Amino acid sequence: MATVLDAGEIGRALKRIAHEIIEHNHGLENVVLLGIPTRGAFLGTRIANFLGEIASPVPVGTLDITLHRDDLRMRPPRPLLPTNIPLGGIEGRDVVLVDDVLFSGRTIRAALDAIGEIGRPRSVQLAVLVDRGHRELPIRADYVGKNIPTSSNESVRVHLSEIDGNDSVEITAGA
Amino acid sequence: MKYTIKNARMLDGAVVDIEIANGVIANIGNGINSGEIIDAASNLVIPGLVDLHTHLREPGREDSETVETGSAAAAKGGFTAISAMANTFPVADTAGVVEQVFRLGQEAGLCDVFPIGAVTSGLEGKKLAELGAMANSKAQVRIFSDDGKCVSDPLLMRRALEYVKTFNGIIAQHAQEPALTVGSQMNEGIVSSKLGLTGWPAVAEEAIIARDILLAEHVGSRLHICHLTTAGGVDLVRFAKSRGISVTAEVTPHHLLLTDELVANYDPVFKVNPPLRTENDVIALRKGLADGTIDIVGTDHAPHPTEDKDCEWQSAAFGMVGLETALSVVVKAMIETNLMNWEDLVDRMSIAPARIAGYSKHGQNVAKGSPANLTIIDTAATWIVDRNRLASKSKNTPFAGMTMPTQVRHTFLNGQLVLKDSQIVQKSNGGSN
Amino acid sequence: MDKHLLSINDLSASEAIQILNTASELSKISDGPMKKLPTLRGRTVVNLFFEDSTRTRISFESAAKRLSADVINFSAKGSSVSKGESLKDTAQTLQAMGADAVVIRHGASGAAQRLADSGWISACVINAGDGTHEHPTQALLDAYTIRSKFPDLTENFNGLKVAIVGDILHSRVARSNVLLLTKLGAKVTLVAPPTLIPVGISNWPVEVSYDLDQAIKNVDVVMMLRVQSERMAASFFPSEREYSRGYGLDLARLNSLNSSTIVMHPGPMNRGLEISAESADSHKSVVLAQVANGVLIRMAVLYQLLGGAALTGEVSA
Repeated sequence: MATVLDAGEIGRALKRIAHEIIEHNHGLENVVLLGIPTRGAFLGTRIANFLGEIASPVPVGTLDITLHRDDLRMRPPRPLLPTNIPLGGIEGRDVVLVDDVLFSGRTIRAALDAIGEIGRPRSVQLAVLVDRGHRELPIRADYVGKNIPTSSNESVRVHLSEIDGNDSVEITAGA
Repeated sequence: MKYTIKNARMLDGAVVDIEIANGVIANIGNGINSGEIIDAASNLVIPGLVDLHTHLREPGREDSETVETGSAAAAKGGFTAISAMANTFPVADTAGVVEQVFRLGQEAGLCDVFPIGAVTSGLEGKKLAELGAMANSKAQVRIFSDDGKCVSDPLLMRRALEYVKTFNGIIAQHAQEPALTVGSQMNEGIVSSKLGLTGWPAVAEEAIIARDILLAEHVGSRLHICHLTTAGGVDLVRFAKSRGISVTAEVTPHHLLLTDELVANYDPVFKVNPPLRTENDVIALRKGLADGTIDIVGTDHAPHPTEDKDCEWQSAAFGMVGLETALSVVVKAMIETNLMNWEDLVDRMSIAPARIAGYSKHGQNVAKGSPANLTIIDTAATWIVDRNRLASKSKNTPFAGMTMPTQVRHTFLNGQLVLKDSQIVQKSNGGSN
Repeated sequence: MDKHLLSINDLSASEAIQILNTASELSKISDGPMKKLPTLRGRTVVNLFFEDSTRTRISFESAAKRLSADVINFSAKGSSVSKGESLKDTAQTLQAMGADAVVIRHGASGAAQRLADSGWISACVINAGDGTHEHPTQALLDAYTIRSKFPDLTENFNGLKVAIVGDILHSRVARSNVLLLTKLGAKVTLVAPPTLIPVGISNWPVEVSYDLDQAIKNVDVVMMLRVQSERMAASFFPSEREYSRGYGLDLARLNSLNSSTIVMHPGPMNRGLEISAESADSHKSVVLAQVANGVLIRMAVLYQLLGGAALTGEVSA
């Protein structure tokens, strides 16, 4: 097990992502953040807080993608996680999806389907704390906290203080 | 044909040789070696069991049982005499039908089959069947019953009780008040309230028992109560006997062991008429059988084809097969619990039923000169009930998979060996009443 | 809940709450014009109805379709079943057709359990009402409806007082509701004439009352049950009028309820018998919400049973 990001590095990465969102979108007037539960939701809130400090408050919500997953039949049924779309919705907005780790891309594919249920944004962007490679779909992130090359049998664990008691990203060798 | 049963253990514990010749026990002693030798290996020898309550389904429903397959099941269960209930198609309500069943029993030669005649024509409860004609037929019917249905009309029941006095007959009543059991599916109580199955109250049985006891007293006739299932029914019979009323009562093996809790999974193998009752009832029935309030065990062997049980509860037929498990179930319920000893069991399953029915060649103590209707049982053996190994044509046993005490090894019918090493061996030359 | 939903007894309190929570999440998605969710794409749900119940069938059908399952409606009335085909044969036919779930409504108590236990079929079985036994999805949708009206109730129903009124003896809705509401901590009083109360009631975790006016004082929920007029012919009560006087929710009784009390009915209602038109249409009545919530609850149950690993262990492409 190796720690690849510590608390300070995570904080700096998220702050950098916040700056990049402002830069990329020429301001925040049309931006909505949607975190993918569980850890993406906490990251979305943190980025929104940075955006509020740096520039102005942005609407932030959560988007559960469970019902859109294509691997439902490979695991026991999971409880649904909260979906909270901010007031004002996503119609015509620039939606920034937030997740902890980008891996195969299947979660994001499901998230794009889930967004389609709710409305038609002007654009959808993707922010992730870690991109570990091994994509199985033509999906890329617009904002990446850290690119971490991994082998496919390693696992990447993101710990966040809101739920895990501390902030860190670790790599564990696979079985 | 001569046989010698070597090393047979008598009820008193003595181990003896028993010589059988000309249908009777010719000698009892030691060092006898005449005819075919059957080594009892110190297993218990008792009089052949007698069942006053069997459904053989022939004529009419030979898909579920025939007289021959039912007789084989009886022999495997240690029975040498069974009484065939009248609810066949056509109903055994004429001399012709009862003589046919009697003859089929003789031809099968595995067990004496004594037909029971219907009380009412077609079991319809409207007018008496020709009871006298059946009594005077070759089958010499003495027990009459509409079993499966209750003789619910009180006047008709009174007339039947009176009429059979001419030939010392007995009416065996299926006690079930029909108006209280419309659509009934199981015992009415805690379990039925949870399962949403229409209840079958104990009072529906007890009301008829009470009425018929008083009728029997009034006309001075013999009444037999089939398959008693409730604690209240046991109390009523106890009361009747204390009054000197000529009433006898019967309990089935399954009602001595099983309760309505088993219905919880809706498996129709536990659907039976009368229904399985509560633990409290089971305790009362065991006590009643032990103290003699209940005179006999009757199997109510009720074969049904697979399709009649392989369905939802409500559509399923009532009934369980029981001839091949009866002895073991009674041992489990009564002897393993120390409520009865082996002498008591022989009385309730052989001597008393033969006496009630007047089957003079059955239910005799194992003694020199007695008819050689015997069964030899291994009281130390245990066996697991396998529904696919039953001799009965039907497989609807509620005991499948259960480990049972006591196994029947050999059965002699009128001096002929019909069951050897738990296998049916041959046909005998038949017997008679 | 393992593989089937046959009885409320198949659910722990936390599993029941999880179904309610799932339905709550689904309700957020279904607000507004709702497209199909892809969740059960490629799965086949059979509605096997041996009794007519258009509303329950439509509710299950619409739940399954919103989750993209293929739906086959197998109405036993007028089909080979009414010509003597057994439950077993029907089940084996459905098995051969590859059903993943069978929603069964049957007039015989225990029919759903027989279907699940018998080995005739490997599909999940959902009991949509069996005889006078249970109707578990009705109880779940009732609990969901109650929770939506009493926002303080989240993880349990402690302190909630419910009166269930009417033909308890023959009601599968009452049996399932008693099991679920008491499992969640509610205090339940059953109200009916003694002829319509089961003999074994003393063993149920409920109070029993023969007096409707007393029983509905200070309750939070009044759940009225449908009374079938054929019960009158069987002398369960002397006349519809006498029943209605004693056990009907009329305007005077409606007005005696607390301001926050809600009135429920599983439908279809006999207006004028167990419930007056004023009560049925009052602002206290949540009857229409019950219908709407039925779809959400049935989606949640289908998701719980079919949304996970396939029984055959197959892997999606």
